Amino acid sequence: MVRIFVEGTEHEVKEGLNLLQAVLDLGYDLPYFCWHPALGSVGACRQCAVKQFRNADDTTGMIVMACMTPVADGLRISIVDEEATAFRSAVIGWLMTNHPHDCPVCDEGGECHLQDMTVMVGHSRREHRFAKRTHRNQYLGPFINHEMNRCIACYRCVRFYRDYAGGDDLDVFGSRNRVYFGRVADGVLESPFSGNLVEVCPTGVFTDKTAKACSIRAWDLQTAPSLCPHCGLGCNTLPGERTGVLRRIRNRYHGEVNRYFLCDRGRFGFEFVNSPRRLGQPVIRANGEATVVSAADAVDRVAAIVRAGGAVGIGSTVASLEANFALRRLVGAERFVMGVGAVEAEHLRTVAAILRDHPARMPSLREVEAADAVLILGEDVTNTAPLLDLAIRQAVLNIPKERVRELGVPAWNDAVVRLVVNRQTGPLFIATPAATALDGIATQTVRATPPTIARLGDAIAKIVDNAVASPGDLPFAVARIVGPAARALRRATRPLVVAGTGTGDIAVLRAASNIARALSRHIPDTALALVVPDCNSVGAALFDAPDLSAIEGREDIRAVLVLEPARTSRERRAALDAVLDRADHVVVLDHLQSTVSDRAEVVLPAATFFECNGTLVNNEARAQRFYQVFAPGDEVRASWRWLQRICQQAHGEGSASWSGPDDLTAAMSAELPELGPIVGLVPRPGPGPRSRVPRQSHRVTGRTAVNAHLTIREPKPPTDDEAPMTFSMEGSPGRPPPDLVARYWSPGWNSVQALTRFQQEIGGAVRGGDPGIRLFADRVVDGDGAYYPPCDEPVPRYGEWLLVPLHHLFGSEPRSMESPGVAERAPAPYLGLNDDDADRLRVDPGDMVTVEIDSRAFELPFRLVDGLPSGCAGLPEGLPAIAGLPPGRWARLKGPS
Amino acid sequence: MTGLLAPLADVALVLGLVLTMAAFLIWYERRLLALWQDRYGPNRVGPFGLLQVVADVIKIFFKEDWVPPFADRTVFVLAPMVIMVAVLMSFAVVPISPEIVVADSSVGVLFILAMSSMTVYASVLGGWASNNKYALLGGLRAAAQMVSYEVFMGISLMGVVVLAGSFRLGDIVEAQSGLWNCVPQFLGMLVFAVAGVAETKRVPFDLPEAEAELVAGYHTEYSGMKFGMFFVGEYLGVTLISALIVLLYFGGWRGPWLPPVVWFLLKTLAVIAVFFLLRASLPRPRFDQLMAYGWKVLLPLALLNLLVTGLVVLS
Amino acid sequence: MRAIFNSLRSMAHIFMHAFAKRETVQYPEERPQIPPRWRGRIILSRDPDGLERCVACYLCSAACPVDCIALQAAETPDGRRYPEFFRINFSRCIFCGFCEEACPTYAIQLTPDFELCELERTNLVYEKEHLLINGTGKYPGYNFYRVAGLAVAGKDKGEAAGEDPPIDVRDLMP
Repeated sequence: MVRIFVEGTEHEVKEGLNLLQAVLDLGYDLPYFCWHPALGSVGACRQCAVKQFRNADDTTGMIVMACMTPVADGLRISIVDEEATAFRSAVIGWLMTNHPHDCPVCDEGGECHLQDMTVMVGHSRREHRFAKRTHRNQYLGPFINHEMNRCIACYRCVRFYRDYAGGDDLDVFGSRNRVYFGRVADGVLESPFSGNLVEVCPTGVFTDKTAKACSIRAWDLQTAPSLCPHCGLGCNTLPGERTGVLRRIRNRYHGEVNRYFLCDRGRFGFEFVNSPRRLGQPVIRANGEATVVSAADAVDRVAAIVRAGGAVGIGSTVASLEANFALRRLVGAERFVMGVGAVEAEHLRTVAAILRDHPARMPSLREVEAADAVLILGEDVTNTAPLLDLAIRQAVLNIPKERVRELGVPAWNDAVVRLVVNRQTGPLFIATPAATALDGIATQTVRATPPTIARLGDAIAKIVDNAVASPGDLPFAVARIVGPAARALRRATRPLVVAGTGTGDIAVLRAASNIARALSRHIPDTALALVVPDCNSVGAALFDAPDLSAIEGREDIRAVLVLEPARTSRERRAALDAVLDRADHVVVLDHLQSTVSDRAEVVLPAATFFECNGTLVNNEARAQRFYQVFAPGDEVRASWRWLQRICQQAHGEGSASWSGPDDLTAAMSAELPELGPIVGLVPRPGPGPRSRVPRQSHRVTGRTAVNAHLTIREPKPPTDDEAPMTFSMEGSPGRPPPDLVARYWSPGWNSVQALTRFQQEIGGAVRGGDPGIRLFADRVVDGDGAYYPPCDEPVPRYGEWLLVPLHHLFGSEPRSMESPGVAERAPAPYLGLNDDDADRLRVDPGDMVTVEIDSRAFELPFRLVDGLPSGCAGLPEGLPAIAGLPPGRWARLKGPS
Repeated sequence: MTGLLAPLADVALVLGLVLTMAAFLIWYERRLLALWQDRYGPNRVGPFGLLQVVADVIKIFFKEDWVPPFADRTVFVLAPMVIMVAVLMSFAVVPISPEIVVADSSVGVLFILAMSSMTVYASVLGGWASNNKYALLGGLRAAAQMVSYEVFMGISLMGVVVLAGSFRLGDIVEAQSGLWNCVPQFLGMLVFAVAGVAETKRVPFDLPEAEAELVAGYHTEYSGMKFGMFFVGEYLGVTLISALIVLLYFGGWRGPWLPPVVWFLLKTLAVIAVFFLLRASLPRPRFDQLMAYGWKVLLPLALLNLLVTGLVVLS
Repeated sequence: MRAIFNSLRSMAHIFMHAFAKRETVQYPEERPQIPPRWRGRIILSRDPDGLERCVACYLCSAACPVDCIALQAAETPDGRRYPEFFRINFSRCIFCGFCEEACPTYAIQLTPDFELCELERTNLVYEKEHLLINGTGKYPGYNFYRVAGLAVAGKDKGEAAGEDPPIDVRDLMP
């Protein structure tokens, strides 16, 4: 800690910070543009000028840039100094010379950092008498709108896009006030993190295109803390709603998980909530005729079906713990299965086993960023867990940055750090079936089939610890990575192994476990990051329920209750269809119309993640709660509320007499001790309305007019009996508890930059502690667990191709596909082959290939996939057309005749 | 039979006249105030806006008749009745013409003084029962003010009584056949008029309901017809005091050409107009000023008046 | 004595007002002269080209102290913002004029029309078609898109007032 003096007042601040960070941490207002907590300082905008004094007697002082000045003991500065104020005022005057008169039609208005800073500095009149320079805009894809006139050349966009997120299609062109931030030519921004430009850009150059056509000011949005449901990482989000329509998703800072950024799937994949295919009313179907019925009638019917006996419940990996538990209570633990196939269930069991007692830690994304050697085994993280990709991109800079430390350059001095790093990357080894976006920064990459990747993993583990069984010989092209990777991991102090369920081969997961186990014999800080397919896969795995194959073909099944089915993979779809085909009664709780809901006898409209409260467990077993953003219309209600009513109807009031989420979680933790800690996640409202957190900002508008055309009486807003929040602007005016932060706003800070006021320290934990609970935080691990035995390489079958799932950020997750932008970016169904195999089949890109799986033939257009091993054919996972194919692993291919 | 009917007819006549008068005064005051403030006043409902009162009454009847949950219910309901009853009783002894009088009491003046002290209870009880600090303060002020001014009121009257040699109002009017009492009893008239303003709690002596500091004083919590009774009671009080001034000092119904009733009404309305002119022109004094004015100025004046009158009569 | 004299004098003075001229305007028969800046019924004006001036920036609704303005922004294919709906609940409006103060495009204006009585409150809810007039209202001449940087139909980049033509980034000239 060092002492600094601001306006003569003494403060203790942490060593190694820059002055800007320190004064913001202390709560002072100091304008800035080019500095960003995740990107560091470059001192480009000259906006954060302060006066620095030599000692207490010095009254003259000198102007310094706060973001480029390290804090030092006894440092004396003044922010309000007249000269410094005049300097800052002049700077913003210059920055504004070319800024257009656009605020009324700019989507950034109302949450614009430039607006805030201009007001903070007091600049109100343009003194530049000459004409403004203008730029032409570019088409940047379905997500991002470009309005280059508004640029103040802070360079944050390219520093984020290129330096931080590793993109290379956004760049800066031109010189002086003609600089242009954009692509070489019009086109889609390729980075999966392009949406963050909306938040990174301090003004309205990059704005959210999906929200542009029906723009809403930030102050009018009703928001609540939520979670991203589109992958297993559990990123924290802030969805915003107005007039019953979900309008946008913004990032919610979590010190350990997503921190400052979101991926484009998470940011733009929310529109399924507003889909015309949303189920709104309970429906009973008889003789092919669907009738809308009242909620009570639907509950009666389902209760009658359950009472008749022979009902099984199919849980979901995309539903909350609460919904799954309510279903389990309704049908009984022994008749409750998880809606996944046998292969995936085996994966999830392995993941759960690793979480429970593996000597290596499951790292949070922040811990991933700290890793100094990374091995990715089989997983295409960019497409299955995008934020993990971003974290790994930071991790590979750790070794090159050691030199920065040696030079005594502070870590926040971004320009110097980049200069010293000079595009070097630390050890990153990638073994995947197809090329990945991370290949560019990898030390070495290999392409191999999943079984080979698994054997490669075992080979690496064997070098680290000889106790691992020998996996046998590897092809030379693959084997060359073994030595370097093993050495790099062994030398590291915080090695990281990344694997997951993405390859669909359990052996890969086991091999990764073996490597991490071997490493942790030597290195205590070994981390093993596992990627799971769905937002609650781990939570579902902790139910220890059997999978769909357990009830396949059973005779005693009369009725099936399906909870929010996610039929993304071929295996899941086939397994579910096999069960549904045999059932007399099918009941579905879901939010979207689907082929399952079309065949159901009773359809109950379930609330989406944004319309109810619940708990999800992410890939590192962090249980986090999401909160209702808005009250759904029609008869939509939370799945567990439906199931509770059915349960009480069928088995009596006492069978599910939970009054609220606290009761429910208490019951759940009593039955499933592993989920015990989640009891502590449920906040209890204090006495009185002032202890509740308002979901609307204090500036929300139109209250007496927005519904005036329907009723002049201004109905009371819905009351929230599940969370200590309100659906209005009324409530506690103070700082909310960390897990209930519904918006970032602080006096004078209307943009997302107000976030600094919600952190314990900049870049640290959320003020009051990061929300969520690690389930296995205090596990005791027996370090001497056994290694998994190596798997056998499947014998290549003559004339058949091994099918490998290929993941796509846009496309592999079906709910996000309801967003028009995501659907536009998603690939059409295809079959991927490498060059040689294409030659063998004599096909050209676009030709139709006949694919025969499990003796059923389909036609798919062929597409060249780089690096795919020979004998492997890639199928894009999760695309609706692909998910309908049979689940077999092998396929016969035939080119066009 | 007629012996029984005649007093009843008198009662009905006086009651009707007096209540019509009170209603009419509402319009009369508004029109006069408007006249002195360069406005028109109510002129829309009925001819010259005369039916404004009817509209107001309809409105006031349809208002929610609310009794505050924290009030002393019985007393709260009783208070406005007291003022109505007390003032209406007083009119029983007021001779409107030589023929029209309900009860030509030989102690009419004393009866009126007694009844007017009853009206204090209305204010005090209303203020107390409301259980509201403003109402209570208003009630306290009303009590102090009315009890004080009653003293000078009575004393100032004595001069007239001495001159007429009777407490009967009819006799007093008869005694003015030559010279109206306003000349010999000028001082007494002034004191009586001022005390009358204070008794009826009219501007400038409306401290019990001073809206600037007490919201509405003792009737803050009253609404609907209960408020209406206070309201009408005040106008009845004004009518009574005016009628008394006319009877005691301006020769009552006496006058040439016109019938006595008309003369009486015209004179009363003229005195009422002076009451309204006071409201239109004078600001409200402080409470201590009010009390000092009463005890230090009016009391000596009233005593002086009585003394001189006595001396003159005796000599 | 002095106080009594003063009181009597003011009574006389007030009494003399009985003979003064009346100030009251007998409203329904006699029409008052309303100044043009009177804050009465709210309208939405059009720009000199006859297009809607409102760009749906939400500033009027934000400024409204009784929250009686609600709107929803939309965009034409050529990039002009407009309110999809624009609703004012006049039964809540207090005619403070903040909306007009806040409006950056002179779209929302208050007019001297004060005769807004209705028997049904619902009739006081005005939609855009009730609010929009065919004219520029009090502020002729102003056209927001002529000074804004946004390109719309009929005005490309760099064609607004006080703008240079767009920069060709590929130009090598300094």
